[in-house]
Amino acid sequence: MPTIVVEVMPKAELLDPAGKAVAGALSRLGKTEFSAVRIGKRFELTVDGPVTEAVLAEAQQLADDMLSNSVIEDVVRVYLLEGAGSAA
Amino acid sequence: MKIGVVTFPGSLDDRDAQRAVRRAGAEAVALWHGDHDLHGVDAIVLPGGFSYGDYLRCGAIAARSPIMSEVISAANAGMPVLGICNGFQILVEAHLLPGGLIRNDHGDFVCRDQRLRVENASTAWTSGFTVGQEITIPLKNAEGGFIVDAETLKRIEGEGQVAFRYLDVNPNGSLDDIAGLTNAAGNVVGLMPHPEHATEPGFGPDTPDAMRSGTDGLTFFTSVIEGALARA
Repeated sequence: MPTIVVEVMPKAELLDPAGKAVAGALSRLGKTEFSAVRIGKRFELTVDGPVTEAVLAEAQQLADDMLSNSVIEDVVRVYLLEGAGSAA
Repeated sequence: MKIGVVTFPGSLDDRDAQRAVRRAGAEAVALWHGDHDLHGVDAIVLPGGFSYGDYLRCGAIAARSPIMSEVISAANAGMPVLGICNGFQILVEAHLLPGGLIRNDHGDFVCRDQRLRVENASTAWTSGFTVGQEITIPLKNAEGGFIVDAETLKRIEGEGQVAFRYLDVNPNGSLDDIAGLTNAAGNVVGLMPHPEHATEPGFGPDTPDAMRSGTDGLTFFTSVIEGALARA
């Protein structure tokens, strides 16, 4: 089944307390080469049928309207997962 | 007067909100997230909790549940709607109030009796207060940090849409110490603290007079009832 991936990240200017907590753990583990961590979300939308331009546009719309909140997050990327199906 | 309290999967404080409604003198009507029926209520409370497990974002899935299309229509037509904690998050996700709520800046869940200053006493839910009045009601959340873009912040500050501000400490990193908002019309109010938990002597926050005697939250519910009576 074809899969469309939507990647969402908290806005760069916002504090990401969860990422900060992970960064703190890395520091305690001595992994000093990593200075910061930010945690985002990846959605995998399984498509029933061929992935047309219209389906991709629908996924983009969904990403903007529901899967992300533009006040606090940015949609980084919406793309068809390679090897999981082909565009019609 | 009938005040509906919507129960979503994962609502926690719906029963407390119903009890607060009854203590204030109105009839509490249980509303269900999966219905398209407001059962003739005159006002609506979206209670606290963790609707849909806070999946996606706090309040995001609840804001798109069946009952919310009716709640949004009613709110836009002027019906009083109060969102408490998760209910506030739902109102924001439903675009009935501006901004967003993110994880507390310190990363921890916080539970405390919170002092607030009433900034707007002209809304459907705050008309029984006076501007500048200081009240104490419980606060309990992990994702209560209010944020909004600079332009919108300037607008809501300028137009009196900040309804409540945190006093003493900012418990979650909210911009401008904002604890609650109203819409421009004043019928939709949302806040992170829980007025329904400060409506009954013996079960509220401590006051200088006696332990657990605080009932400042009752005024939210009596305000909306008195407003309805005044219009009748």
